[in-house]
Amino acid sequence: AVPISQRRLMDVKLGELPNWAASRDFTPNGILSAVRRGHDRFYNKYINVKKGGIGGVAMLLTGYVVLSYIWEYDHIKHDRWRKYH
Amino acid sequence: MLSRLILVSAPVLKSSAPLGAGLVQASRSFHTGQQSLAPVPALPEKGGKVRFGLIPEEIFQFLYPKTGVTGPYVLGTGLLTYLLSKEIYVINHETFAAASIGIVIVYGIKKFGPSVAAFADKLNDEKVAKVQEVKGLAVSNLQQAIEDEKKEQWRAEGRQNLFDAKRNNVAMLLEINYRERLHMVTSEVKKRLDYQIALQNLQRRMEQEHLVSWVEKSVVKSITPQQEKESIAKCITDLKMLAKIEQARATV
Repeated sequence: AVPISQRRLMDVKLGELPNWAASRDFTPNGILSAVRRGHDRFYNKYINVKKGGIGGVAMLLTGYVVLSYIWEYDHIKHDRWRKYH
Repeated sequence: MLSRLILVSAPVLKSSAPLGAGLVQASRSFHTGQQSLAPVPALPEKGGKVRFGLIPEEIFQFLYPKTGVTGPYVLGTGLLTYLLSKEIYVINHETFAAASIGIVIVYGIKKFGPSVAAFADKLNDEKVAKVQEVKGLAVSNLQQAIEDEKKEQWRAEGRQNLFDAKRNNVAMLLEINYRERLHMVTSEVKKRLDYQIALQNLQRRMEQEHLVSWVEKSVVKSITPQQEKESIAKCITDLKMLAKIEQARATV
């Protein structure tokens, strides 16, 4: 059928995931274009509309919060209430 | 934030020419492809649906066949419990701050959301109306120009009539001129002929008068004194006879 590199991610079976990850384009240009594609999808779906809701901005802010929590986790680790979980 | 970085760095990466992005190279040419005349697709009305303002609807649809309606909620609860119990999410003073901020934000959005949205829509509508007005004005101007152009074309056609009228005028002038000259010619010729006639009449009359006077003169000249006396004597005798006859008639 269709080769792995040209299938959508939802159509790739779970066992073929490593193959799919290997077939992606990892050149700087490829990465940049992937980021641009992702940004365009998000932007055109949630922000570039006539009556946008809170969803678009809220998702971006939540993502920012989560990312900064992850980056600060090594520091926050020391505020844990119990030593063994 | 990341997107803005992309937007700033993309042109720098694209222009690989050593001259830089400001100068246009001679080798580049614009507008070489086919121009697509399809109208620009309109913006979608609403964004993608989001539940709780955070979680896209697609996740709920993705999990629905396997887990039904409550699937994502159970997933969320389980995830939250796991994060809390393993203290991957640590509860500290920041949690309290985040909670208060979250409550304030949610309250603010619920209360002021619709009015702010209406205001933003009004601004947008004003912008669109202004641009539409410009476009409408341009369209009406161009239509007016089309009307004027058609009128001018109609007028240009009407010029034929003008030429016909002028041609008629010129023909009439020529005719008038011709007739004037004809009249002048006839009157001149008539004048000359009249002159000749008058000349002839004059000639004849002068000849007649001259002849008559010449005859009179010759007659008068031919009456010699002798003949004059004889004629006078005869006249006297005639008169006497007549007187006698008259006398005789009167007495009878």
